[in-house]
Parts: sequence; structure tokens; C-alpha cells
Amino acid sequence: MIRVINPGLLTTVQDGGRYGYQKYGVIVSGAMDGFSLRVANLLVGNPEGAPALEITLVGPRLRFEELSLIAVAGAGLAPRVDGIPVPLWRPVLVHPGAVLDFVAETSGCRMYLGVAGGIAVPQVMGSASTYLRAGIGGYKGRALQAGDDLPLGPPGEWARTVMAMWSSRLRGKSFVAAPWGVDSRLLPKYEPNPRVRAMPGPQFEAFDEEARRKVFEADFVVLPQSDRMGYRLDGTKLALARPIEMISEAVTTGTLQVPPDGRPILLLADHQTMGGYPKIAQVATVDLPVVAQVRPGGRLRFTRIELEDAQRLLRKREEDIGRLRAALCHARI
Amino acid sequence: MGHLDVTPVGDSAVLIRFGDAVEASTHARIMAFVDHLEAAPIPGMVECVPAFTTVTVFYDPVLASYSEVKAELVRRLADAPASTDRRVRVVEIPVCYGGEFGPDLEDVAAHNHLTPEEVVRIHTSGEYIVYAIGFAPGFPYLGGMSDRIATPRLATPRLAIPAGSVGIAGGQTGVYPIETPGGWRLIGRTPLRLFRPEDDPPSLLAAGDRVRFYAIDRDEYDRLGEGDDRG
Repeated sequence: MIRVINPGLLTTVQDGGRYGYQKYGVIVSGAMDGFSLRVANLLVGNPEGAPALEITLVGPRLRFEELSLIAVAGAGLAPRVDGIPVPLWRPVLVHPGAVLDFVAETSGCRMYLGVAGGIAVPQVMGSASTYLRAGIGGYKGRALQAGDDLPLGPPGEWARTVMAMWSSRLRGKSFVAAPWGVDSRLLPKYEPNPRVRAMPGPQFEAFDEEARRKVFEADFVVLPQSDRMGYRLDGTKLALARPIEMISEAVTTGTLQVPPDGRPILLLADHQTMGGYPKIAQVATVDLPVVAQVRPGGRLRFTRIELEDAQRLLRKREEDIGRLRAALCHARI
Repeated sequence: MGHLDVTPVGDSAVLIRFGDAVEASTHARIMAFVDHLEAAPIPGMVECVPAFTTVTVFYDPVLASYSEVKAELVRRLADAPASTDRRVRVVEIPVCYGGEFGPDLEDVAAHNHLTPEEVVRIHTSGEYIVYAIGFAPGFPYLGGMSDRIATPRLATPRLAIPAGSVGIAGGQTGVYPIETPGGWRLIGRTPLRLFRPEDDPPSLLAAGDRVRFYAIDRDEYDRLGEGDDRG
């Protein structure tokens, strides 16, 4: 069990997402940075989409009430156990009573805490993700609050072996970290003001020539009213060549839609299932983890990529994760 | 079955456009295609979402490339029947009109030079098509409302509209399944729960259903509300 001493700014249970219910208006949700979620889970021997904590900008203070194997992934915060800095991207065994907290860093936005066994909350429509607006999923359908007790599932066989072997080395220490971690070359290129790759969207041709050019040239600032639903962007205003009559249709994560005021909105994990605004571009799925780590005030620039290349990069990312999975099986524990 | 527009929406979704206008015949073709696709999903398919004039198919690009998905969808479009033979479900929705549940009923009546009773009679006399579910979980996009009760949205949206509120926005009508801000003119409220996260499917309505509204009084509202209070 994990006791929430202080919840931080916005800490929620998220998993790989809730698929199959968009036709009923139920959003996908899930981790904003799906790469970090998957790796945090892999490092503690969980299925990659298992329920973990997504921590936003201001970290929580958590107490582990039992011996736990954890991994912290993502960017934006430096974790500590009992006040001692803990490395990211590797398995860490913490003693019962250990207190995890976070120190703010200058860039990055979201961290993922994977725990062996996963956060054991009931599944709703096949997923443990928190859908804040509808008040379902995750921990009681809401963000964590002080005093919450998060139950943990039973650790997998690999995690049990690691925990048994390392617990003898724990003697009085706050934690034991693996002497190895994820190769930084495998990580997405997290940056405060990244370039992200994008394809023209379904209504690209309906925009005027300047908008079609500038969307792949200009800098866009992420406005403070951005959240898990979408990033509101400011910079160049994007205009249609002439007004078009849009009928609502499905939108997806990474869709860059443009309301009549010309300021684009980049739809993210909690986006609604349908939209009636023209869609000028679509961010490549492989770059969504990079987008998830941009803070309000950060800048985004879109670089044009062809659909086939976006899919090729995604398959390459999948191979990298596959290599990580295979390496973990042989890791010296 | 004529020319269909198949376009990518990024690297993991495909949009199929069946027409340019909201029409019952287009909707019938869309539902027939969705039934056909769900009965035998194409390789890599994650889910598909019908809307007024489109179907969006989500897929996993690690399992299938865009060109493979497109080729398969084009083949399926050629095979799909023009209409589905499934029985159309008609869902009757009780509504307590006016009063505290329908604070805008008088305004809708005044705007259309009708009495509130005439607005209720017109609203309950139609049969509506559920074109899509979206915007909020379980929220039905309904087609088929009479122009005689069409009323523009409020100039300033309300901050919180209670779940079950039945409203009018321009020529559309609908029901809010969960509490949300919104600018629709509220004419009544239903005790039925449209969003049912504990059920599978989690929505009272699905695209392709037909809806009829009928008027109930406050006592009936309270009685039905208790019966539908399962969560």
C-alpha cells in the first residue's frame, strides 16, 4: 500500500488507455507520455500498460507501507527517498516506511511512478485510467488527495526474485537501486522547446497559403490554460482560405485543430472524441511523449514528416522497447 | 457504392467520408459499414467511430501500415451492404418539461411564437435519429428536430448544467449525460441515466438508435429516477 501524505499538483492513476469505447463518447485517457509509462512498468516487471501514477509539475509526498520495487521515469522532477536522490529509469527497492518526494527541475512536465504489481484500482471499461471529467476510473475517479491509501497488486515473478535478492542488501538503507539503467539513447529527445514531427491534417488544404506554410515554420507557445485535454497554442494565427461548414467528426490524440480565433489547440490524452473544428495537422505518435513533457510557457515547432516515415519511426521505437524488454530478462540482478 | 473519400488522420487513424450533408440515407450506409467492420475487424484495427458523415477507423501502425489499412478498407467498402438488416432500436425517453428542470422552455416558446405546451407537443411528436455519440460520454447527437422549435444558444453559457437536462441549440436537440458547462436552451430533464460506466455498453444510446421523448410530471420523474439510480 502507498499512503498519500501530500498529493502534489495533479497526481492521477493512468495506464495504457481505455480503448474501444470512443463510439460511446468515452475518451481514451491514459498516460500523456506513454513511453515513460511503459518503461516505468517494464523496469518493475509489470505489463507495460499497468496502472501507475502520473505526476504533473509539482510532485507528491508518498509513503510506502510495504517493501516495494519502484521505477521513476519521465522528466521535470528529481525523486528522493528519505531525502536522498534516487536515479531515474532504473528499478529501485524501497523499504517499508520509505518516503518518496520530488524536487522541481527546470524543464519537463510529467513523471511516472511504476510499482511492482501496479496500483490495484478497479478497472472501468477495461482500464484503470482516471477520466477526470466523468469522474470514473483510477482512484475513485479523481486526482489523489492527502490521506488516500493506494492498494498495490501482487508483484510479478521477476519482481519477486529481485525483491528477495535485494532485500538483504537493504539493511538500514533507504533504498537499493540497480547498478544499471535504461540507455539514454533509447529515450525520446525530451527538450523544453522541442521540434516535433507532424503531418498535414484532413482539412490542411482548406487553410490559406500562409497558414499552410507557417504551421510548419512558426514557433507556438504553450499557454497556461493547457491541460491533459489539450495544449492551447499561441503565436501565428492560422486562417482558413474561406469559411468552411464543418460537421463534427472523430478527432485523435495529436490532432492540431483550429477554432475560428485562429489559435490552434493540440489535442492530447483527454481530448473529447469528436470535434467540429478544421484540423490543419497531426503530430506523429512517436513524438507525443516529447510533447507531453513541454511545460506551459514552452515553445513547440512542427516539422513536416511523411506518414510512412512517421509509421517507420514508430516501429523503430517499438523495436527499441522490445530490446529493453529482452535485456531486462538477462539483467544482472 | 460510389466514390468514397479515404484519408489518413495522422499515423494511426483513417477517416472515411460517406457524404457532405447530414442525411438519413448517408447515416444508414455508415451504420451498415460499421456493423460490417465490427463483425470482422481488419488487421490492426483498434476501434471505429461513426459520426454524421464519416467513419474513423483507429489502428495500430505497428501491426498494419497505412497502405495496408487503406487497401483493406477500400476492399471492405466495396463488399459492405448499402444498408444493415439489424432491427432499429427505438428508445423512449421520459422528460419532465418546464419548471426548474426546463428554465428556458418559456423563452423557446416566445422565440417561436408558440405556447410552452405547443413546444412540448412538437418536441415529443418527432422520432429522432442518433447520428453519433460524442462531446461527452453518452451524449447523443440527434437529428430530426422540427425547425418550428429551433432556438439559438444562450449568449452566455451556463457554468454547470445538471445531468439529464434536455436542451435545444439551433436546430438540434439533445440530452446532457453528465454535469457540464453549456449554452443549450434547457426545456426539461429526464430521470434516465444516459451514461452508465458500470454497464457494457456504458451508454444508454448508440449511433443508429431512434429516440422518442414523452412528457412526464414531477411525481413520475421522482419515481423513475429511483428506479434508474444504480450507481
